[in-house]
Amino acid sequence: MLTLTDVKVYYGAIAAVKGVSLEVHDRELVALIGANGAGKTTTLRTISGIYRPRSGSIVHDGADLTTMPSHEIVARGISQAPEGRQIFGSLTVRENLMLGATRRTDKSGIDEDLEDVFGLFPVLKERLGQAGGTLSGGEQQMLAIGRALMARPKLLLLDEPSLGLAPLMVGRIFDVVRRLKERGVTILLVEQNARKALEVADRAYVMETGHIALSGPAAELARNPEVERAYLGR
Amino acid sequence: MSFAELGQQFVNALSLGSIYALVAVGLTMVFGILRLINFAHGEVVMLGGFTAYFLGKAGMPFWLIAIAAVLVTTVVGVLMERIAYRPIRGAPDVSLLLTSLGVSIALQNGAMLAFGNQPKPFPTPAALAGQNQLPGGLQISTANVVTILTALVLMVLLTWFVRGTATGTQMRATAENAMAARLMGISINTVIVAAFVVGSALAGVAALLYGARVGRVQYDMGFIPILKAFVATVIGGFGSIPGAVLGAYILGFGEIFLISFLPDALTKYRDAFVFIGLIVILLLRPQGILGSTEPEKI
Repeated sequence: MLTLTDVKVYYGAIAAVKGVSLEVHDRELVALIGANGAGKTTTLRTISGIYRPRSGSIVHDGADLTTMPSHEIVARGISQAPEGRQIFGSLTVRENLMLGATRRTDKSGIDEDLEDVFGLFPVLKERLGQAGGTLSGGEQQMLAIGRALMARPKLLLLDEPSLGLAPLMVGRIFDVVRRLKERGVTILLVEQNARKALEVADRAYVMETGHIALSGPAAELARNPEVERAYLGR
Repeated sequence: MSFAELGQQFVNALSLGSIYALVAVGLTMVFGILRLINFAHGEVVMLGGFTAYFLGKAGMPFWLIAIAAVLVTTVVGVLMERIAYRPIRGAPDVSLLLTSLGVSIALQNGAMLAFGNQPKPFPTPAALAGQNQLPGGLQISTANVVTILTALVLMVLLTWFVRGTATGTQMRATAENAMAARLMGISINTVIVAAFVVGSALAGVAALLYGARVGRVQYDMGFIPILKAFVATVIGGFGSIPGAVLGAYILGFGEIFLISFLPDALTKYRDAFVFIGLIVILLLRPQGILGSTEPEKI
């Protein structure tokens, strides 16, 4: 279980996250939705140890992540497919995938998971020797998710997996998210596409300018008039 | 110019380029990961030279001197990172640049105080001092042959390290996108230390070959190699290892053949011609020959 308690993150003097508390239980899919600049990506990157909270705490399965170096956080089983995909464009698809398993030493498990990623995204198998930068946007997103899965995560952080993708590709990415959830992968999903996110999530938090404005079961939030007006455009 | 002379100059240029390449690799590796132009890399070469001088004076065999010099430069490089560069990680590029200049000046002056400002003889082993007569009147020094072959072997090993090992792959990943590398669980410190280890060990080898070439050791002997390595790296594209090596050989050939072809009255301006060549290359390809054009972050 992941627990954030009153986490505040600053860029210099500017507060990007102004006291966020949230929980992700095991085998749960939790969505974090909200407008651009609300602090969703900052929250996710702080969980991964890229940014440091100025105050508050982040605890995962009893371990304090608040000051843990990013590579130890990954070693604990928390991996992330970051916003904008962040593929290593000059490295091959295989190298990208294998980097996802950087903290692992179980050779046979890594091979199994590689096959598993090919099962989810068959196109990656065809592109193995190709440079990551030559892939299409949708393929890069698949690679980003596959790469994060190569860590065999206990907690998977997905940051805007549908951003900039054609509607057909958005559907395919969400299908995979749904499949991962059915398998019991714990997921914290950040999305601007609130409608899609609330469809797949168990629970959700709505972020506004660095705060959690609303939270609850995803189905309830989807019917909430405020959420409908602000994020679902109905 | 006769055929024999041409051949000799060709070998000479390859040898000079090899030394520049060994220095340039460390410069470009560290830049690729830290965006730091480590001017103090030249002082790593200098300290390798002094290690050789002192151990030679103590009567050690050259193979032992060589191992010790490479060990010393490697330790110096790692300490430099730990003491000078790690505390200012993430600082603006200008601060990094000024720090590396500061480290360079401090080490040069420290060496001058400790070892004096007079040149000391480099303990070139007799085996390296010979000349080899080849058919066609070609005369090639053993030092040049050893320099070229050493560089060749090390470049093959380096390619294997960067392309074929986990640490090498992590290094390339970090150079391309440090944040994504951290999200993969790559320890940035480990990668940076690895870059300093590899770069400084190669600088140690360069110190031995350069020492044997110029025959002496002095507190400021790192200046010329680092300047040339810097130019080579700019020509090849900063951050690219193959680029730095290519740039080093272009520079080696440029220099040697300028000396050969320029009228005697102009040879003392050869560095000016080299820099004119550099300006022309940069006008045509501002990112260097093998440099990548990264989109500007807005």
